[in-house]
Amino acid sequence: MLKIHQLQKSYAIGDSSLHVLKGINLEVEEGEMVAIMGSSGSGKSTLLNIIGMLDEADSGDYILDGLPIKNLTEKKAAVYRNKFLGFIFQSFNLINYKNALENVALPLYYQGMKRKARQEKALFHLEKVGLANWAKHLPKELSGGQKQRVAIARALAANPKLLLADEPTGALDTKTSYDIMAFIQQLNNEGKTILMVTHEEDIANMCKRIVRLRDGVIMEDKKVNQVSALQYV
Amino acid sequence: MFDLDLWREIFQSINKNRTRSLLSGFTVTFAILLFTILFGIANGLENTFEEAFGTDANNSIVIYSGRTSEAHNGLQAGRKIQFKNEDRDFLLDKYGDKVQYFTSKVNKSVNASFRGEKNNYQLRGVYPEYMFIENNVIKDGRYINQNDVENKIKVVVIGRAVENELFSKTNPIGKYINLSGIPYKVVGVFTDDEGDNEENVIYMPISTMQSVYGNNDYVDLMHLTYNPEMNSDQALSFGNSIKKSLKDRFDVARSDQRAIRIFNMAQGTKQVDVMTSSLTIIILVIGFGTLIAGIVGISNIMIFIVKERTKEIGIRKALGASPRSIVSIILIESIIITAIAGYFGLLIGVGVLEAVGPSLKEYFIKDPGVDNSLVIGATLTLIIAGTLAGYLPAKKASRIKPIIALRND
Repeated sequence: MLKIHQLQKSYAIGDSSLHVLKGINLEVEEGEMVAIMGSSGSGKSTLLNIIGMLDEADSGDYILDGLPIKNLTEKKAAVYRNKFLGFIFQSFNLINYKNALENVALPLYYQGMKRKARQEKALFHLEKVGLANWAKHLPKELSGGQKQRVAIARALAANPKLLLADEPTGALDTKTSYDIMAFIQQLNNEGKTILMVTHEEDIANMCKRIVRLRDGVIMEDKKVNQVSALQYV
Repeated sequence: MFDLDLWREIFQSINKNRTRSLLSGFTVTFAILLFTILFGIANGLENTFEEAFGTDANNSIVIYSGRTSEAHNGLQAGRKIQFKNEDRDFLLDKYGDKVQYFTSKVNKSVNASFRGEKNNYQLRGVYPEYMFIENNVIKDGRYINQNDVENKIKVVVIGRAVENELFSKTNPIGKYINLSGIPYKVVGVFTDDEGDNEENVIYMPISTMQSVYGNNDYVDLMHLTYNPEMNSDQALSFGNSIKKSLKDRFDVARSDQRAIRIFNMAQGTKQVDVMTSSLTIIILVIGFGTLIAGIVGISNIMIFIVKERTKEIGIRKALGASPRSIVSIILIESIIITAIAGYFGLLIGVGVLEAVGPSLKEYFIKDPGVDNSLVIGATLTLIIAGTLAGYLPAKKASRIKPIIALRND
């Protein structure tokens, strides 16, 4: 599903450069649920951004579902992101003047889907996250947990191969966090491959595998016994 | 290709951010408003000038003769110069291609009567072309024609004022009017929008008039219009060369100012031309200055808008928006705001001109207004302006890296 080999990345900071990723090797199979952990500055967000094609590595290989991701034009990157990836952000990143349904439909718009089909599909996904009744509400009328659900519905809308979550519960209280995690676990059980950056141990333990980063290298990569989030809900 | 969804996206964005859109449109509205009012006032001034010149052909040259003031070629001073029919042929032969209409003219004051009604009028013997030179309009019947002139037919065309005074009870066409004892058939009635003065006139074929009143081929003056494609400088030099040829023809000294005189409308036309064209230039400079200020204003606000929407653009890109779709969103939004705001300014401007126009007459501004071509031109300019204003910000927006836009703040 996802293959990364000797990935390097450094950022120029003034005159010096900061070596953020120092040769990452990672393989993720279809249906896995992986947590990427590490303290801030360990390079976990950079890794996720590169996987999400929002950033490009300096060297090394990145192969997604058999496709080498390298030297993409912006246009191509946009098409790949739309087709292969679903993003879930810590701060939800919903467009504030669009209602829930329109937000969910946006990736489908960029796929060139017809308006009617788009709305039907978006509504289907909103229903899946349990917010069909909130379709016409603006993000500011939704609670944090509801916003993240809308964001998840949006990430699912284009039926991506890989879900990327950057601290999906970072802005939520514990109860809501578990609620969201239960939902993500359910998605994983349905077969979605999920990659998640987090720094919370309890959240990481709800994944099936934990990859720990420190100073740009992988310190530890182990399978864990998944804790079901449902028991806390 | 018309992409309904794209337009929906854009209108949603404009509609949901009304204050922002209004603010950015305001500078353009104001610029176009000023431009329209300035232009309308300039048009009004031009109308005033045009009215001052009346509807007589403004490419007229009138040639008068007098007495020589200098001795020349053995001929003494004080000799009377008399134009004749052949002088018209001479000038037409020589300058035919530069002349639009040409008539010789004989003037006389006559006492006209019809069934007991009487009055004094000016009688003019002319060629048929004179109708175009005076810009007369035939109300009833016809004007003098070539056949009348060739056969010296005793027909007249009378002005509306003459009709009103002498023919208050009957239709004058076909009736005989008595001019100083000789009856003439009335074949037409004309109007002249210069008013009574020019309608208190009776026209007659020049040949008829020459044979009846003097039995000679004398001409009082010659009146021509030059080819309207000539500019005023060419027309002035044309007038001068006519003068020179006639002086040579009549053995008049080149320096003689009295024997042959020329009144050339190009003189006045030139002054008005210079004045209106400098006025137009001033208006254009001011207008374009305002417009550019408007463009810069909207461009600034678009840059601000792009900054404000950085996050949204980042999200769109993360969801698969191509750089091109980002450019079109920003660019079209800019064009729409500019076009609508500008059109609004145009409407207000036209409204203001309509409202205050009549009261400006005492300031030499008549019928201020803008014509359709200006409206179309302004609309095109607005679309171009919107594109210019939006291009840089749109380009900037398309270069936004989603990773930076999405960084948690």
